[in-house]
Amino acid sequence: MDYLLHVLILIGIYIILAVSLDLMAGYAGMLSLAQAAFFGIGAYSFALMSNRVAGGFLVVIGCAAAFSGMVGACVGYPSLRIRTEYFAITTLGVQVVLSSLFNNCVSLTGGPMGMTNIPAPIIGRWVASSKLSYLILTAVAVGLVIAVSRLLVCRYTGRVLRAIREDEVFTESLGINVAGYKITISAISASMAAVAGCIYAAYFSFIDPSSFSLTESVAIVSAVILGGAGSVFGPALGAALLISIPEALRFVGLTTATVANLRQILYGSVLVILMLVRPRGLVGQFDFGRKAR
Amino acid sequence: MILECIGLSRRFDGVQALVDVSMAFRSVGLVGVLGPNGAGKTTLLNVLTGFLEPEAGRVVFAGSDIAGLSPHKIAALGIRRTFQDVRLIREMTVMENVILAGEAVGVSQGYWPDWSAWFRPRVSKGRQDGQCMLEGIGLGDLGGERAGRLSYGQQKLLTLGCCLAGNSRVLLLDEPVSGVDPVMKEHIIDVLSRLRDLDKLVVFVEHDTDTVRRVADSVIIMDEGRIIAAGPPAVVLNRPDIVEAYLA
Repeated sequence: MDYLLHVLILIGIYIILAVSLDLMAGYAGMLSLAQAAFFGIGAYSFALMSNRVAGGFLVVIGCAAAFSGMVGACVGYPSLRIRTEYFAITTLGVQVVLSSLFNNCVSLTGGPMGMTNIPAPIIGRWVASSKLSYLILTAVAVGLVIAVSRLLVCRYTGRVLRAIREDEVFTESLGINVAGYKITISAISASMAAVAGCIYAAYFSFIDPSSFSLTESVAIVSAVILGGAGSVFGPALGAALLISIPEALRFVGLTTATVANLRQILYGSVLVILMLVRPRGLVGQFDFGRKAR
Repeated sequence: MILECIGLSRRFDGVQALVDVSMAFRSVGLVGVLGPNGAGKTTLLNVLTGFLEPEAGRVVFAGSDIAGLSPHKIAALGIRRTFQDVRLIREMTVMENVILAGEAVGVSQGYWPDWSAWFRPRVSKGRQDGQCMLEGIGLGDLGGERAGRLSYGQQKLLTLGCCLAGNSRVLLLDEPVSGVDPVMKEHIIDVLSRLRDLDKLVVFVEHDTDTVRRVADSVIIMDEGRIIAAGPPAVVLNRPDIVEAYLA
């Protein structure tokens, strides 16, 4: 039972990451390869602040999300001048820089040894002390992130983001502040990823840079592409499949090390096959490969 | 005068696209801009709408200098444009394109986007206005069709519709009838003629002299970045020097 709860918690965390990336990449057409870095910013912020900031889990998570959002806004800034794959390459650079910081700022992050003894979340008198309580916490966060995402994309803002994705020049010519929307959506996406990072850090009570590497960013992109961009529930489905399939392989007698390697192969294969066969993923609305003009 | 250009100049890699261009437009009327390729017509539109910054000169709209403002700020002030190539959101329906164009009216001109737009009521009002406008330009039956599936001429017409949806005071149209079939050309010319009743300034760049002659109240002839003639079409387009040099 504990194992099932553990898998569900992981699925929940990756759903948040995939939905957050989908807002930016699926709707606004800003493919980011730095989502794991924002995930890491959230996790390290939580680890660093949870023993130092009064006010409990919600205050810490708010601060972490705000900080990550500010970094996300800075990362979104280059998108005003560079688009599509060039923006993706820029975010790849951001991911590499932040991964390097996680690894080398030993006094702050613990370096490759990571940070331990991260305290459990406390909200009022409620303490997350069991896997079930973490699952509830994750489910609430997933619900909030999906609700915010749906609210953002279901009306005017959704139309604006889709328009920006397809033709920024036309969108700007209508009087829409494309630059402002791109920076803001980048900040919101980074904040959501930071929320996932906080839950991750609290749940495992230990973090190290390997959890926030480029490989994880690729995994998050894979989840969005597998489920389908621009559909909120598509990335959630993709995240659920990408976490549960490798876990299912354990039951056919494969060792943990083998499953870990197969996981990377699975992500890579998903990207290659879907780009060839179904670029819009399982339930997505947009072809991921379509370029903005 | 609602729109004035004063001494506009712009150069591209040694090519002088606009040379000290000055002109003034009344608040209502249809003005055609004619000239050969490379005359600076589209550059002029790009400068007027903020997509290019002039190297010298001013653009005055309703008393304010707007040269150097970003395109979305200029559009929000009330100057909308179409492009030479069709620019639409092809994956959206015709109605969604028009609603988007209509909703963008009055959005924040500040740096941050107008998230308050999210709290606006759902689009039923915008849909009614959009349907009314689409019927006015002859696309009333195609509201549910994806914009990308329309014919080229219908897409050109829809770009004009998106311009109109903003209820802007000035419309700048870049070659509204180029590349469309003769039937659609007649239809677009009819729509352009009816814009005269809308109390707007419409400036349209064209290569087609016949369209300008039939639609425009006044015409501006450009060549090598300069205005070489301006006035009523009946006068300017019959001047022997203009006919021989540019319109023959």
